[in-house]
Amino acid sequence: MKILVCMSQVPDTTTKVRFTPDGKSFDATGVQWVINPWDELSLTRALELKDDASTGVTQVTVAHVGPVGNEPTIRKALAIGADDAIRVNTESNDAFVVSSQLAEAIRQNPYDIILCGIESCDFNGSSVGGMVAEMLGYPSVSAVSSLKIENGQAILSREIDGGKEILTVPTPFVAIVQKGITKEPRIAAMRGIMVARTKPLKVMEPIATEPLTSLLQFEKPQPRAACKLIDAENPQQLIELLQNEAKVI
Amino acid sequence: MDMAILVFTENWEGKFKKLSYELASYAARIAEMMNLPAMALTIGNPDPDELEKLGHYGLKKILVAHGKNLGTLDNQVYASIIGDIALQVSASVLILSNNGTGKALAPRLAVRLKAGLASGVNGLPISTEPFVLRKRAYSGNAFAHVAIHTPVKILTLSQNSFELIDKQSKAEIETFQVTPDSNLMKTKVTDVQKQTGKLLLTDAEIVVSGGRGMKSPDNWGPLIELADLLGAALACSRPVSDEGWRSHEEHTGQTGKVIAPNLYFAVGISGATQHLAGVSSSKYIVAVNTDKDAPVFEAAQYGIVGDALKVLPKLVEAVREMKSK
Repeated sequence: MKILVCMSQVPDTTTKVRFTPDGKSFDATGVQWVINPWDELSLTRALELKDDASTGVTQVTVAHVGPVGNEPTIRKALAIGADDAIRVNTESNDAFVVSSQLAEAIRQNPYDIILCGIESCDFNGSSVGGMVAEMLGYPSVSAVSSLKIENGQAILSREIDGGKEILTVPTPFVAIVQKGITKEPRIAAMRGIMVARTKPLKVMEPIATEPLTSLLQFEKPQPRAACKLIDAENPQQLIELLQNEAKVI
Repeated sequence: MDMAILVFTENWEGKFKKLSYELASYAARIAEMMNLPAMALTIGNPDPDELEKLGHYGLKKILVAHGKNLGTLDNQVYASIIGDIALQVSASVLILSNNGTGKALAPRLAVRLKAGLASGVNGLPISTEPFVLRKRAYSGNAFAHVAIHTPVKILTLSQNSFELIDKQSKAEIETFQVTPDSNLMKTKVTDVQKQTGKLLLTDAEIVVSGGRGMKSPDNWGPLIELADLLGAALACSRPVSDEGWRSHEEHTGQTGKVIAPNLYFAVGISGATQHLAGVSSSKYIVAVNTDKDAPVFEAAQYGIVGDALKVLPKLVEAVREMKSK
């Protein structure tokens, strides 16, 4: 069984987000790029499944749509333990374009399980997993917080309002992964970093697709008014403010 | 052909909730802007009273799709039903919630209908020609203006981002049978583990959240008491759920749940960027923290500098007093 982990790179989650003065693009000055946190969790879970011989998982590949400058992030995924990687050589912030490239890569070289993070923490689109599944005609399960393979059968749990559902789905399928899928992301060990350099990273040229959306402008949220401090000995004052000023209780 | 604004409103065992009325109000408002009728689609067997109430929010028509095996969400099957209806009514804008179901279906529908998708939209379109929306980006640290270029547009609306507009209007109800393609039904739900009657974090108007400043899971008593008194849902920061002090279902923040209640109490939470990303759309934030320089005070409108464990009992007392008046 082969698993493909779709991966995007995002600014380190502690980044103070800034934009160029015209507000049209992200200011990447001094930004550290990391694997999107949910994709990192997906990769970790894929590797855990591969470590367990009973699952029959023999290969974990990562796929990324982005320019050559993003290869250090792909190498990080290889250092963490992915066997090989695919990079589709194009850049887009339109989910339809990105998904079309991933779907084409999967058509050329199919996988049994495709894992996507529930969103990327830059554009928060929550789009790629579902789009790839629809393009390929595969079933998809979203908000997946657990993935096991028992006797060749994938068993997933999906978060629903107030609880979870346990479900089965035949391969090939797309699982759209959220928190809970694994405890903590796996970190690259020194040996992993050494061997990552020699692992296969296949570069594919993109297919032609037109974006369906475009990002015109960014804006920062309105700064909030200064915080009113209330004496710790007098929380009644807070309750009064919440009742009479904010009118929320 | 006539065109329409179509909104998918799921029902929970036959019932709608505030989120459904928000979606209907939003769809009706866009329909006015574009001079088109607003229609809702729901799948299952909603109660007639519930349908009537949903209709009050400015919908012209509510379509109810019944069918076998539609009790649990199969993304492919649901997307095929919604996609077919969208084509039948010539929907020019299709609206879903940015909740779990909406996020599961909207991207599949975008491919089916070859429609541009904007997710996590937090208000009315900035313009309808071109169709430009304001959406969440950088996990709450920014907003992006997204233009959709396709004839059919799909968007998912963030919860608690649009007011309810009760027009006391009456919608025509049209019920019909659907027979989903059995080849599409590939997922099989084998078990459901669900707590009923619990206020959902994403639905709550008030949320009380604890962080590392609570020092131990044994100290949660007063926080729970505060939540109960206020009719609030409980939440926590990431370290708290990572330590296993509280279930990860309560984790709010960038990688946890993203919420937008009217009031958010951050108790013993320093307010790392990743935490604030999940709660920054709250209308009011109250922070209780020992460190007066903690970033949470920059996001909060009201703050108490002090030890959470000492402040909480007094706060509980003050709320109790208010409630008794």
